[in-house]
Amino acid sequence: MLKIKNLHASVDGEKILKGINLEINAGEVHAIMGPNGSGKSTLASVIAGNEDFEVTEGDILFEKANISELSPEERAHKGIFLSFQYPIEIPGVSVTNFIKTSINQVRKARGQKDMPANEMLKKIREKSALLDMDRKFLSRSLNEGFSGGEKKRNEIFQMAMLEPKLAILDETDSGLDIDALRIVSDGVNRLRNKGNATLVITHYQRLLDYVIPDVVHVLMDGKIVKTGGKELAKELEERGYDWLKEERAEMTS
Amino acid sequence: MAYTEQELEKELQTKEYEYGFYTEMESDTFPPGLNEDVVIGISKKKGEPDWMTQWRLDAYRHWLTMKEPNWANIGFERPDYQAISYYSAPGTKPKYDSLDEVDPEMLETFKKLGISIDEQKKLSGVAMDVVVDSVSVTTTFKKTLAEKGIIFCSISEAIEEHPELIKKYIGSVIPTSDNYFAALNSAVFSDGSFCYIPKGVRCPMELSTYFRINQANTGQFERTLVIAEDSSYVSYLEGCTAPMRDENQLHAAVVELVALDNAEIKYSTVQNWYPGNKEGIGGVYNFVTKRGICEKNAKISWTQVETGSAITWKYPSCILKGDNSTGEFYSIAVTNNFQQADTGTKMIHIGKNTKSTIISKGISAGKSQNSYRGLVQINKGADNARNFSQCDSLLMGNRCGAHTFPYIEAKNKTAQVEHEATTTKIGEDQIFYCNQRGIDTEKAIALIVNGYSKDVLNKLPMEFAVEAQKLLEISLEGSVG
Repeated sequence: MLKIKNLHASVDGEKILKGINLEINAGEVHAIMGPNGSGKSTLASVIAGNEDFEVTEGDILFEKANISELSPEERAHKGIFLSFQYPIEIPGVSVTNFIKTSINQVRKARGQKDMPANEMLKKIREKSALLDMDRKFLSRSLNEGFSGGEKKRNEIFQMAMLEPKLAILDETDSGLDIDALRIVSDGVNRLRNKGNATLVITHYQRLLDYVIPDVVHVLMDGKIVKTGGKELAKELEERGYDWLKEERAEMTS
Repeated sequence: MAYTEQELEKELQTKEYEYGFYTEMESDTFPPGLNEDVVIGISKKKGEPDWMTQWRLDAYRHWLTMKEPNWANIGFERPDYQAISYYSAPGTKPKYDSLDEVDPEMLETFKKLGISIDEQKKLSGVAMDVVVDSVSVTTTFKKTLAEKGIIFCSISEAIEEHPELIKKYIGSVIPTSDNYFAALNSAVFSDGSFCYIPKGVRCPMELSTYFRINQANTGQFERTLVIAEDSSYVSYLEGCTAPMRDENQLHAAVVELVALDNAEIKYSTVQNWYPGNKEGIGGVYNFVTKRGICEKNAKISWTQVETGSAITWKYPSCILKGDNSTGEFYSIAVTNNFQQADTGTKMIHIGKNTKSTIISKGISAGKSQNSYRGLVQINKGADNARNFSQCDSLLMGNRCGAHTFPYIEAKNKTAQVEHEATTTKIGEDQIFYCNQRGIDTEKAIALIVNGYSKDVLNKLPMEFAVEAQKLLEISLEGSVG
């Protein structure tokens, strides 16, 4: 579904990603772990098409098509979703109004008509229940005055509504207490199916106890330095990242 | 608002708003220029009584002694008042009993505007007093209103049929000598609307007038007078569009509101006159004087959405004369390209326990300049007067300007005056967030702007809120990227 080839990206001239290779197939959950500043969030932003980052080399293929030149909204229309680490506030725009606009814009881009109101309403009810969201929450201004947990829950709610093919969860576990973590993880798990894929970006192993990955990658200094199964996450939790740094240093010397 | 967002969405799709067209109609137009003969000529044309002609002449003579004001934060080429034609009426006169008799070209104009009178009649329950180039063409719902004793007609008709009301109230809130443009309007006003709500009557529908400038080089000088007798209520809507013209068109309207004891007047405006092109050529000069007076326990609420005109210069104001009276001002002013707006309000607290609220939302884009100018004046006798003002500015890009000029004059120690102001920019992070959800930048801006304007949009009657929301989008098209 997603194939990244030798991806280099920089921001303000500073190189952040230095040759990423990554392939994710439909039905898979991949986790990207790594210490702070290794380029995890940059990778998420670049896949989503954030123009603050300059792709200097390499390609991003989504369902075999090169999407490197596509705008963020065009990538969204193709079914790429990013759950933001720091969701943005939009005062005066309700959660409902926002998701409705989002869904209908995506449908429009795909040549479909607006979703009928009753269908929309039904779906909103269903998905908000899935994430144990209060009905009142839906009429609040988007992310304005939300707690960290509410913001993340709202991100996953939007994901549930949009049903993307590829969901990138950027540090979705940060700011969540244990109950919220469970609700959010349950939500993510229930949305998993054979036709979609998930890329979980996380600093800690905690989330991966709930959202079990098929493949774990370790990102360090803009490169994927190790790839393994779910047990790699456990190992990282126990041993930290330093042993990998040393291992890498040995390899390069 | 009692309607759903889905309904709103649907309406938005069906309401295509355009202003760039011009309808050819036979018209009866005075040659350019202004002198006493022209003033008398206008009065004669309209078959006015002598006292009205005299009133106009007094205003004209006073105008001659006045100087055009220049204190606003706007720059423009001063109009040549002798190059303007002061009277233009559609050629096919007089009034019509039914739509069939109306000039088909004019009906076509309404169609383009998305205001089919037929539709209005059937669906919306809005009584329309349609003013095309200054002469009232058709009035609907008159009968329903008449049963309640409500008078809703053109001001010309009112001068003829209700001279006692006109004599008593015209110029009572805004004297002919009030300011340069009010004096000019008093001398040459061509038509406008008159509304009278009798004692204790609650007007059963929103009263609406569509104004339209249609003839090249014809300044439009409307005169509106709304009188709400004791314990009555009326909601009045004013909406405007103008065809695309290259020359600047001067528009100097006067609106007077009289809210007697316990009465309430809600006055809403959506202003969408031609703002000039992207290079700042053309566009309407909109110099308006709007003021209302509140007697005891009365309330006047001004709501405006200003998206059009090359220059907007207006301050809908409230004189809170009666004890316990209330004044409100809710405004959204959008400027794009080379538009300039200097707008705000005046709240004059005279009575005891008077209250006023000001919510102003300015949105500037392109190379435009957007100023809020407001005066809160608490007079000596206004014990326990209260005011709350909130002035927000939203900037798009880095070539536009937002300015706030709040004036507060408090002469009574018991007064409480609060003022809040914010200036924000639409963040790139907000845009990216929307983009990531499949919403393109143009739509994202519309969404953010609508959210920002929500407090004011919510004050508009439903049919106007729809139009206003659409207008905000159209006005800001092409303002990014």
